[in-house]
Amino acid sequence: MDNERQNRGQDEPVIKIRDLYKSFGNNDVLKDVNLDLYKGENVVVLGRSGTGKSVLIKIIAGLLTQDTGSVCVLGEDISKLNDKELLELRLKIGFSFQNSALYDSMTVRENLEFPLVRNKKHLKRKEIDDSVERVLQAVGLAQTKNQMPAELSGGQRKRIGIARTLILNPEIMLYDEPTAGLDPITCIEINNLINRVKENFNTSSIIITHDLTCAKATGDRVAMLLEGTFARQGTFDEVFDSNDEKIRSFYNYNFIK
Amino acid sequence: MSVKQAREFIVSKGVDSFFIDLNSAVKFNLRFFKEVFLPPYEGKEIIKQCYEIGWKSLPLISLTGFITGLVFTKQSRPSLAEFGATSWLPSLVAIAIIKALAPLVTALIAAGKVGSNIGAEIGSMRVTEQIDAMEVSAVNPFKFLVVSRVIATTVMIPILMFYTGCVAMLGSYLNVHTNEMTSFVAFFEQAFQKISFLDIFSSLTKAVVYGYTIGIVGCYKGYHASQGTEGVGKAANASVVVSMFLIFVEEILIVQITNSIRG
Ligand SMILES: Nc1ncnc2c1ncn2[C@@H]1O[C@H](COP(=O)(O)OP(=O)(O)O)[C@@H](O)[C@H]1O
Ligand SMILES: [Mg+2]
Repeated sequence: MDNERQNRGQDEPVIKIRDLYKSFGNNDVLKDVNLDLYKGENVVVLGRSGTGKSVLIKIIAGLLTQDTGSVCVLGEDISKLNDKELLELRLKIGFSFQNSALYDSMTVRENLEFPLVRNKKHLKRKEIDDSVERVLQAVGLAQTKNQMPAELSGGQRKRIGIARTLILNPEIMLYDEPTAGLDPITCIEINNLINRVKENFNTSSIIITHDLTCAKATGDRVAMLLEGTFARQGTFDEVFDSNDEKIRSFYNYNFIK
Repeated sequence: MSVKQAREFIVSKGVDSFFIDLNSAVKFNLRFFKEVFLPPYEGKEIIKQCYEIGWKSLPLISLTGFITGLVFTKQSRPSLAEFGATSWLPSLVAIAIIKALAPLVTALIAAGKVGSNIGAEIGSMRVTEQIDAMEVSAVNPFKFLVVSRVIATTVMIPILMFYTGCVAMLGSYLNVHTNEMTSFVAFFEQAFQKISFLDIFSSLTKAVVYGYTIGIVGCYKGYHASQGTEGVGKAANASVVVSMFLIFVEEILIVQITNSIRG
């Protein structure tokens, strides 16, 4: 562990966020956010609903733009990229949406092919089929290939959503509330999937959640977002070994409810 | 630029937001004209949308067109009969249908059926983050969703208009035939006597403009739908209201221009 930390010291982080501010009108959502994500690590961002967790990863993916501060992803400053460069960078970022965001009008297979056929035009039919097969195996849902998203359960939709991002072999995965709205057993499956993705696809991930079980199971490091800024960062135990009222209540609320 | 101006010259919140909306609508249109010419081309999706928009509107358009022709002929007959001029009926009907009714009826039906459909479809893709999902997977959602639909409406509404015109003339012919025993050939010979190339060209122009309007308004409203299921309903509704309003404005403008060319 210590050794790993030292290595990190030399590595440039894959995501580097400095002095990030973002507001909507009078609503100051993010106030001075700083975060590093290193290669091969899962960082969990914890926080209550409405603290701006989704806003934060949408900024990382270039879906929203910050007011001030810098966000560097794989060495590129997101806000300074032109359209073409942004597209190229996005090929390396996988985004799993809170409500999966599967394309309703397409089958599972078409959902999975969608990013592939448009971004890798040289691929042959066989190669596309193989990729679809490979990511479906990776999320354990090979049998759903010809189903429509509406026919899938919440957990299955989540996994297909993850598979759809994996098909482009991303270097970075961003998960927005991967376990929200799922039953406890499905949650555990998703947590395991997130860890498997990290191993098998060599990704570095930011996982956004308010679910402490998920945070503990998937996070190498935890960052606690309180009132628009990271109150504490560290391992799960380091973060919650605190007397801060708000952190205690967040912890208690998660296990009492 | 104009956003800033609108903020400096604030009259009220409504006026302010009107100009902001206008600015983003203009940008949306400009973006369409930029992206329509740039590769990659979503040919498959365009064809799919043409099919959805054209083919699926046929039953409603057929019924409305036929009844318009039939009823218009039936209701015009007494007035002409007063002057003993029922023989003018075919050319009167043809002028009305080709110059005014076919484009307008087609456009209004399409605004209701196609426009609301586009608004709801794209709106729900917006609120369920499907548009964001396309964007983060490095696919251009504007091209895939907006450009394909706007091309499809711009191509299909003129075709539907021709079809509506034909069906309406057929309805009219049936009525004339049952009353005056006019033959098919004689009816259409009379009908087209008073129709010039400019009339047809002007109607075609109208249909192209209406088609573009219906497509772009539906897409714009859907693309900017606010979060939540309520936003989808609003987008669908606004698509219909705004495109109908614009169609009437365009109708007046195009008629004025045509008349001044003719003049
Ligand atoms: N596009 C937007 N426009 C205006 N306000 C927004 C927008 N997106 C998010 N917000 C506001 O930002 C705050 C944080 O939202 P969000 O990041 O979704 O919270 P969460 O931590 O639950 O994911 C909320 O108060 C929300 O109202
Ligand atoms: Mg959220």
